[in-house]
This record gives sequence, structure tokens and C-alpha cells, in this order.
Amino acid sequence: MLNFILRRLALIVPTVIGITLCAFFFVRVLPGDPILAMAGQHGVTPERYEILREQFGYNLPLWQQYFNYLGNVLQGNFGVSLATKRPVITEFMTLFPATIELALVAMIFAVVVGIPAGIFAAVKRGSWFDQLTMGVALTGYSMPIFWWGLLLIIFFSGYLGWTPVSGRIALTFFLRPITGFMLIDTLLYGNWPAFVSALRHLILPAVVLGTIPLAVIARQTRSAMLEVLGEDYVRTARAKGLSARRVVNVHALRNALIPVITTIGLQVGLLLGGAILTETIFSWPGIGKWMIDSISKRDYVVVQSGLLLIALIVMAVNLAVDVLYAVINPRIRVK
Amino acid sequence: MSQLQATPVADKADLGASLREFWHYFSVNRGAVIGLVVFTLLVLVAIFAPLIAPHSPDQQFRDAILTPPVWDAMGDPRFLLGTDPVGRDVLSRLIHGARYSLFIGLFVVVGALFVGVILGVLAGYFGGWVDALIMRVMDIILAFPSLLLALVLVAILGPGLFNAMVAIAVVLQPHFARLVRAAVMAEKNREYVTAAKMSGAGHLRLMLVTILPNCLGPLIVQATLSFSNAILDAAALGFLGMGAQPPTPEWGTMLATAREFILRAPWVVTFPGLAILITVLAINLIGDGMRDALDPKLKRS
Repeated sequence: MLNFILRRLALIVPTVIGITLCAFFFVRVLPGDPILAMAGQHGVTPERYEILREQFGYNLPLWQQYFNYLGNVLQGNFGVSLATKRPVITEFMTLFPATIELALVAMIFAVVVGIPAGIFAAVKRGSWFDQLTMGVALTGYSMPIFWWGLLLIIFFSGYLGWTPVSGRIALTFFLRPITGFMLIDTLLYGNWPAFVSALRHLILPAVVLGTIPLAVIARQTRSAMLEVLGEDYVRTARAKGLSARRVVNVHALRNALIPVITTIGLQVGLLLGGAILTETIFSWPGIGKWMIDSISKRDYVVVQSGLLLIALIVMAVNLAVDVLYAVINPRIRVK
Repeated sequence: MSQLQATPVADKADLGASLREFWHYFSVNRGAVIGLVVFTLLVLVAIFAPLIAPHSPDQQFRDAILTPPVWDAMGDPRFLLGTDPVGRDVLSRLIHGARYSLFIGLFVVVGALFVGVILGVLAGYFGGWVDALIMRVMDIILAFPSLLLALVLVAILGPGLFNAMVAIAVVLQPHFARLVRAAVMAEKNREYVTAAKMSGAGHLRLMLVTILPNCLGPLIVQATLSFSNAILDAAALGFLGMGAQPPTPEWGTMLATAREFILRAPWVVTFPGLAILITVLAINLIGDGMRDALDPKLKRS
């Protein structure tokens, strides 16, 4: 097992180096001079320009600049935002919990609805329930989620007035973050109305972000389940006279869930991409909105470091999924 | 079908037979046929847009700003789906928008396919360090969430429809490369390839003429799915202000400019999104149908 993990880690090293190279060159290939970009509209005098060039190390050879950059990153120094003058890592740490909270709730929604729907569809193959579920799943899979979010706002916020349009919690509540997760913090403070407010803010964005994973999970569960239900050991279990429920829940489901778990893990990149759109629509203060705002404000230090941090997180999660997969499915380890 | 894949596609009769067989399995799938019909209609709408559209997509009717659709009591029969905040006919803009979306899909898929196939064939055929180098680069591209990477590429290249298409092609291309590489690796040690090698076929001929045609099935399915992804991603970039720029009647861009009116005039938001959904859904239905028709495992059941 350890061997497997080490091999997987070794495989990742070139990719991580590649990612840092991408992030490094991102600022270099931008049209225009990085120092002039940082100086903004005010501009700089030629003397000051030279000082800054030296200060940021732009006078060094490119490879040396890259190693300096790498050294900084390894020490957790991701630079300072051009717009807010705060360290990028501080901003990231403040905003990241909001995105995790949103993504987690979206994923829970997708799993809790998607897996049972997929199982029922497979068990009742060809029934109206199966056809309806697969129709809805394909629609969800094809959904432009930014539009889906707007539709839900029109209906639930505009027409019914049930949910707020944007933000994480009503402005009347001001809580010092403990964990950064609004649902948990409000409970820790024992502030029930604040918890309800946070939940009402969370529900639409989570549904929107969870829609595509839900569709993918439902489809994947159904096809994995259909495959397993045709296996010999399931037929044997049936022939032994076990109840249909036991055959499905014990014999089929356990094996069918293995590919589904991988699918769930692989949705993480998709979730972070989807978070950009979802957070923009609902003004959710997470890293997705932070990135798109920084891109439009041309705050390249934030974009560079945000890109790097997000890619590293996605890689780490994918690695964790791989390892988890090897734990459940020993056949993988041998290869 | 497995028989057909094992032997290289040699003569026209063979190809005709496999096409007929494909159609036989494809046409059983009701969803796929519906998807195909809708998609064909969309292509016709896109081609004949200037003839079908009741108005020019850019003409502003200053007397009819934010007119609701025709079935609303306030509707105006001149504007079936209502007008937008500057008085342009929503239906006409949607019809012209079909041209953009289909063109985006086509451009991105052709670009991604072209680059992906070349890289995949090279990696799979030569193996060794060529393979390692190409696939590590693909890994790096896939490590980023695709929409984020596309956004950053557009930030580098500058916002605009063309740059958005290039960026989307770049992020979709590794899927083709991986697929082709796997298919080529599976095929390259088969007997027919050895036979061709024996009879003196060069690398280029072996790669492109002998092996590649036998990897087409999964490629076509991937191309279809990428087509719909490209349309969705381009609309998302347009929505975020990084794709097509106003006043282009691109569906995502239309949504972006209509956003502030969602509660006052829901129709300016509803219809462009519906157009995206219908297009993407139709293409995905076709893709599902093709995958099932090309999958020998499903046919036996």
C-alpha cells in the first residue's frame, strides 16, 4: 500500500512542477510590463522603475526568477494582492471556507439524491421512473448552471420570496468567524435565527452547484448498478433465495459504488470550476468570485497564486481519491 | 462490430455496411433520434438566420423597450418573445445566436480534435519519452478546473469570442489526446499493423492510414460530447464577460447583459438560457445514442 502511495506521489511531481511553471509564466506572458501593470494608472519614474525591477528580481535571468518564485511559494509566500495590499494567502484562507462549505453541501445534495435515484432507476430498468430519472439527469447534465441559478432566483426569490438573492447571511447578523463555515459557526454561537438565515442563503447556490454532479452521479450509479446486477454472483444470491432488497443492498450496491466513489472524487475540479459561476450569480464570497473579480480587476498576483493554489488542491484531492480507491479495490494496487 | 474494428476499414462496401449497422442501432434510440432532429433544425435555423429572423438582431425599437412575450397581456405581436432592455427583438437575436453557438462548437471541436489526435497518435505510437513528455503536459492542463484555465487563458489573450474559442479548445484537447493514445496503444501491436509494417509501410502511413481509422468510434463520441461542452463553456465565458462582447447576439453574452433585469423582465433571461439548454441537450442525446450504437457490449444485451 505504502509502495502504491509513493509511486503515485512520484508520478505527481512533474505535474506539480509543471503547474508552478504555468503559474510563473502566466505573469510573464501577459501583454505589457508587470511593473507598469502593478503601478497602475499613476505610472512610475524611470529611476523608481529600475528600483522596483531590482526589488522584484525582474533583472535576474529567467531561471533564477523561477527558482526564487518557487522558494517563495514553498515558504507559503504567495505575494501581496495589488488591489487590497493584503497577502494573497490571507485572503485565500478567509474566502476558502465559504467555497468549501458551498461545495460540500452541493456534493451532499448530489450524493443523497443521485445515488438512490440511480439505484431505483437501475432496479426498475425501463420503467417510467427510470426514463424520467434519466431524462432529468441528462437535462441536468446539459444545464448551463449560470442560467439555472438565475431561473431559481426568479422563481424562489422573486416570485415566491422564499430565499434571499445573494450573500452568505443576512447583514443584520455579524458573527466573528470561528471555523469559517457559516452553518457551523452560527450553531457554535447558538444563534438559531442566524443559522436559519445562513441556511436560506446557502440552499439555492448549493442546488445550482450540485446539479451537474447530481446528474453525473445518478447516471453513473445506474450504469454501474446495471452492470453489477448482471453478474453471476448476483444471480447466485438470487438463486439462494435471498430477498430482492438484500440482493440489491448488500450484494450489488457495494460493488456498484466503487466506480461511483471515483466519479464523486473526480467532480472536485468540476465543482471548483462551477463555483466560479455559482458564486458570481449569488455574490457568494468564496474563491470562485475572488478569482473572477481579480481577473477583471487585473490583479495578476491574486490570479497567479489563486490558480496555483486551486490546481494544487484539485491534485491533492484526486490523489486522495486514487488512494481511497486502492484501499477499497485491492486489484488496483498490483498494476 | 468487434469484427469490423479488428480488420482495417478497407473498401467502400465495408464502410457502407458498418454505417448501415450504426444507423440501425442509433435509430432504435428514441432520444437520440429526437436529438438529431432538433440539432438538424438548429443547423437549418443557423444557416437561414437572416431569412427566418423577423428583425435584424441589432435593430433597436425605441418605442418597445422591454416588451413582454406575445402571450402576455402587454405583449406585441411584432415581437414573439419580447424585446430586450434596448428594444431589440429577442427572437431575432436568438436565431442569429444559433450561428455563433454552432460555429463555436464546430471550431473548438475541430481545433481540439486536430491537435489532440496528433499529440495522441505521437504519444501512443512512439511511446518512451515522447509519450511521457506529451502526457505530462496533458496532465498539467487537466490539473486545472477547465473553466478556470479557460478564463485565465482569455485573460492572457484578451477577452473576445475568438480567444475564448482558442482557450476552450486548449482545455478540451487533452481528452482527445488521452483517448487516441490509449486506442493507438491498444491497436499498434495487433496483427494487421505488424502486417502493414512488414510490407514496408512508413511511420506516417502506419499512424494515420493503418491505425487511426480503427480508433474512430470513441473519438466520434468524444467529439460530440466536446461539442456540447464547448457551447456551454463559451456561453459561460460570455456570461462572465470574457467571451463574445456585446452587442454580439451570443446566447451567454445576452444573458450577461440581461442579468440586472431578471426580476423585472424574466423573459430576457429565460429564452437565451433555454436556447443553450435545448442545443446542448440535443447534442448530448446524439452523443449518448452514438456511444450506445458503437459499444459492442450493449448490443448483445
